[in-house]
Amino acid sequence: MLSCHLLQSLLSTETALLTLVLGSYLLGIYLYKRLKFALLQPLLIAVVLVIFFLELTDIDYSVFRDRTRILNFMLGPSVVALGYVLYEQINYLKGNVLSIFTAVFVGCLVGISSVIGVARLLGADESLLVSLAPKSVTAPIAMSIAENTGGIPELAVVFVVICGMFGGLVGPLILRRLGVKSRVAKGLAMGSASHALGTARAIEMGAAEGAISGLAIGIMGIMTALLIPLVERILL
Amino acid sequence: MIKGLFFILLFYFLGEGLSRLLGAYIPGSVLGMLLLFFALYFRLLKPDYVKAAATVITKNMALFFVPVSVGLMAYAEVLSRSLWAIALAIIVSTILTLVSVALVQEKLGKTPEKGGDDA
Repeated sequence: MLSCHLLQSLLSTETALLTLVLGSYLLGIYLYKRLKFALLQPLLIAVVLVIFFLELTDIDYSVFRDRTRILNFMLGPSVVALGYVLYEQINYLKGNVLSIFTAVFVGCLVGISSVIGVARLLGADESLLVSLAPKSVTAPIAMSIAENTGGIPELAVVFVVICGMFGGLVGPLILRRLGVKSRVAKGLAMGSASHALGTARAIEMGAAEGAISGLAIGIMGIMTALLIPLVERILL
Repeated sequence: MIKGLFFILLFYFLGEGLSRLLGAYIPGSVLGMLLLFFALYFRLLKPDYVKAAATVITKNMALFFVPVSVGLMAYAEVLSRSLWAIALAIIVSTILTLVSVALVQEKLGKTPEKGGDDA
């Protein structure tokens, strides 16, 4: 049993676990491109592979989390870097600034109150409600919002991922059904409802849709951070 | 690349500082994003300095989600206890958000949109 113990301690090193995460992510991208199936997002594939590996080797989540905290840290800088993306896409804002802010503002209010309303109606408890509230924003922002409002950051991220995958999957179909023509409207809706995962799908619709969707991630993130404390004060 | 990382970290740090000043109401990363945007907009910072690093980082955001998403396994019990509430709330709310944003923008936005190539 000594060798078994040795193997486990080797497999729980930073080197092993970071290699595992990067490898799983690369495999996820490969499979996603190969299979062309929207539900099989690289992130989902990577997460399933990592969970499977941790279960198999009996490595605790807390150990895994600690060893891969460098990746976790990078969530912050990745949000900051969106500032550059926003700057790059500034041309799409011209003539549409007011409508973009109005649309995201409405969507933000509708999104927060409907997710809290429905979950509450179905008997979810309060820590679950505040973790659900930021589901439409990008993970790093959702985590800090959940943390600030008394939610559970890990749960918030899980909801963000579920929301992103669902919106990325059905978003284009719904927009077509609605007969939405404007490229700005399509991109804005995808990014506002389903953040980076929605944006990945919006890019497939076209360059303008993708760019506006990236912009929507930022605006939605800021608006949600500002509005959640107010909405929760009214609803909870 | 390293220069870009430096500026991104610097703006992150400034954002964190501002966030604390404002009572941690808005996440430091979001404020850092705004500060970076305005620094570029007002030409205080050359876009070329951050371009490479910002592009690589934002293109691979999903990678940084992996560790926290694996946290799902630690919360499997909580999730399965309220599975229906969670699933329905997310489905209904995501559709409503998508539809309301698209319709408001379609009604209020400038049409037809000129410029921009068809990809």
